[in-house]
Amino acid sequence: MTTIDTHTAGHDHHDEGSYLTPKTGMIGTAWQWATTIDHKKIGVMYLFAVLFMFFLGGMAALAVRLELLEPTRVMTEVVDGVEVSTITGQIPLWSDPDTAEIGSNNYNRLFTLHGAIMVFMFIVPSIPASLGNFFLPIMLGAKDVAFPRLNLLSWYIYFFGSIFGVLSIIMGGVDTGWTFYTPYSTTTDPDHWRVVLMVLAAFVLGFSSILTGLNFIVTVHKLRAPGMGWFDMPLFIWAVYATSIIQVLATPVIGITLLLLIFERLFHVGIFDPSMGGDPVLYQHFFWFYSHPVVYVMILPAMGIISELLAVHSRKHIFGYRAIAFSSLGIAAVSFLVWGHHIFTAMGELVSTLFSALTFLVAIPTAIKVFNWIATLYKGSIILNTPMVYALMFLFTFSIGGLTGLPLGALATDLHLHDSYFVVAHFHYVMMGGTVIAMVGGIHHWWPKMFGKMYSEPGALLGAALVFIGFNVTFFTQFFLGLQGMPRRYASYVDEFQHLHQISTYGSWILLAGFLVHLFVFIHSLVAGKPASANPWGGLTFEWEAESPPIEHNFHHEPLCQHGPYDFEKVVPPHCTAEEFPLPPSPEPASPPRTIT
Amino acid sequence: MTTIDAPDMHSGHPPADTRSKKERLFWKNRGHSEHFRSHEEEFDACKFGMWLFLTTEVLLFAGIFCAYAVFRTMYPEAWAAGSHYLNWKIGALNTVVLLISSFTAAMAVRCAQLDQQRWLKLNLIITLVCAALFVFIKLKFEYLPKLSEGKAPGTFFSYPFAHDPHEPLWWGVYYIGTGIHALHVLIGAGLLGWVLYRAWRYKAYGPTEYTMVENSALYWHLVDLVWIFLFPLLYLVH
Repeated sequence: MTTIDTHTAGHDHHDEGSYLTPKTGMIGTAWQWATTIDHKKIGVMYLFAVLFMFFLGGMAALAVRLELLEPTRVMTEVVDGVEVSTITGQIPLWSDPDTAEIGSNNYNRLFTLHGAIMVFMFIVPSIPASLGNFFLPIMLGAKDVAFPRLNLLSWYIYFFGSIFGVLSIIMGGVDTGWTFYTPYSTTTDPDHWRVVLMVLAAFVLGFSSILTGLNFIVTVHKLRAPGMGWFDMPLFIWAVYATSIIQVLATPVIGITLLLLIFERLFHVGIFDPSMGGDPVLYQHFFWFYSHPVVYVMILPAMGIISELLAVHSRKHIFGYRAIAFSSLGIAAVSFLVWGHHIFTAMGELVSTLFSALTFLVAIPTAIKVFNWIATLYKGSIILNTPMVYALMFLFTFSIGGLTGLPLGALATDLHLHDSYFVVAHFHYVMMGGTVIAMVGGIHHWWPKMFGKMYSEPGALLGAALVFIGFNVTFFTQFFLGLQGMPRRYASYVDEFQHLHQISTYGSWILLAGFLVHLFVFIHSLVAGKPASANPWGGLTFEWEAESPPIEHNFHHEPLCQHGPYDFEKVVPPHCTAEEFPLPPSPEPASPPRTIT
Repeated sequence: MTTIDAPDMHSGHPPADTRSKKERLFWKNRGHSEHFRSHEEEFDACKFGMWLFLTTEVLLFAGIFCAYAVFRTMYPEAWAAGSHYLNWKIGALNTVVLLISSFTAAMAVRCAQLDQQRWLKLNLIITLVCAALFVFIKLKFEYLPKLSEGKAPGTFFSYPFAHDPHEPLWWGVYYIGTGIHALHVLIGAGLLGWVLYRAWRYKAYGPTEYTMVENSALYWHLVDLVWIFLFPLLYLVH
């Protein structure tokens, strides 16, 4: 994709500095960032915010695992005629010498906190709002998203929504689980405000999600560079586009659901209250009508990142471009028809069977993607740097996560496995082994572009190895726990499960070490990293044509799309020479057609 | 293709604009944002964005209609009794009020396109009067009398002559559905009021600049459309 310089000098942006150039003075710079409508700055702010939320949610997860290191044991002995009970196996800070209940209640709050933060504040906005915001306009060759001010608004909505959520936690937290199922959410917490605040937070965050999705859809439709047709778009864009469709179509439903829940909570209108003729299962239908599609909001952008990483770092044209693009849309379409598999036990046999069958449909477009990725690697020049290692990790962990979804979608096995640790392991393999792994890979891939600095490759590879080992030790054990019957969301367990729980907790510490290494590598890179060239990986999409970091208006001249995003065998990458990224020798010319006499 | 950038696209550091706000906002002087290539492209994008937003609004109300349908199937007697309590004549009157306002909102767009500034303002004023009338009728003849009789949602229900034990649920769905709709009426009126203010003060809308009029009118039509569904479901179907 080359730029052309055919217009008059007044129209281009030669004299501009990088978007990171600070203003004079701390306050000036802070004000510049707080009021910016530049999609790159908003993307960077989102990136730091979601990573902070990942840290908060991760701390809650570590506390949950720490609590599960030992089962709760209450030993009562009679000393001098007085009953004395000792409690072991709870985090000392939480436990109460007389009753195990306080520790268990804290445990309930903590896993709710973990779930709510990770879902609503981290993983839903994670890739689209941070990397998507930064790279979607650049990859399209645009100067900004279609509605820059709306973009800033959506950032502030996210910011205040998160503050509501965190406030609710500071005020004592909620123990409903992140799903806010009635009657937990309508009867627990007698002073109302914590549950209402948390639900309000999720409601407000939904607006942010809708506005981001809307903005991206319009941007993709209207702001593609000249010459860029729909099938010239990078696959990351296709994935974010499909994600945005789900965000726009599913989020309003959770909006009205949470609104009804707040009305139910504050005014007892009875819609979800069986004592007044309401139906708690209706809440579950409403909730999963949003929350199942939103699972694909979480994973689709990750799939988009993987398509980019695998193609660029194996220097190979992506295999089955259209199949991957359409499978994104296919997943988005099917995602709306499968919510019932979360509540098999609350529905009749016929409906459950239908939902089960529809659930299996999701496997088709997903498998299409995985097979295409593997075919892309075949005969590619694979470079085992951190982004590529993460992409390969994704193929491994995501496939495990996807395949373990099948026994959960099948009715007979689901009866045994549902609400067990098997489910916990399954969705962590998809969400963390899928989305988080892809996001970390994507951050490494685009780090030089975003901040203009290279990161330390050996350090990042060490982090990647620790994350991979830690992740599998933590969550693979949970498949066995689930198969043996360990239910999810319990603060304690029978002694037989202790070994596996211990291994899982040790794994969570390795995982923590891995992320700390990554954090150190990133900070080191920002402080002392080598300056990055404009195109360190030899990518062909538009973002590698911009400078590292990009200038305020992204490009000096409006770029023109002249080749596909993955034509590695035909085009020397921008800012690179043919020595750095040699083209394959052109194939032997075909023998001239035989003349028929 | 020789030039790609639109000719009036200015550089990264535009010269300071010395015109007064009144001059800048006058419709003939409006340019387009620099990340769009042309005014038409920006208009199309804004309109497309608005339609997407309206889709989300439809889905928001879909939740309420879905709750209505579920409980109607579960408790048909309560729903029949509930709709008998509502006076269809008042509902019909409000329907007419909204239909008229929708017509004048559409006419306002047309007047902006034709640069008929006086008629633009007049149409907007009629629309706003209709909006106020709708809310007034709703409050004066529906909400307040019913609440004073005890026909309130959920645990606030205290109407002594109820036919069916599930009537509190009916009132819950009624108040939430019409209440959220009324909130949308107020938001739509706010938008149109803003348009009226800018039309009055700056002559901000004309044949080449009517995005805001168009989008506010679109929103208003949606508000009307939702009522078109709420009215028969709540008032007419027994």
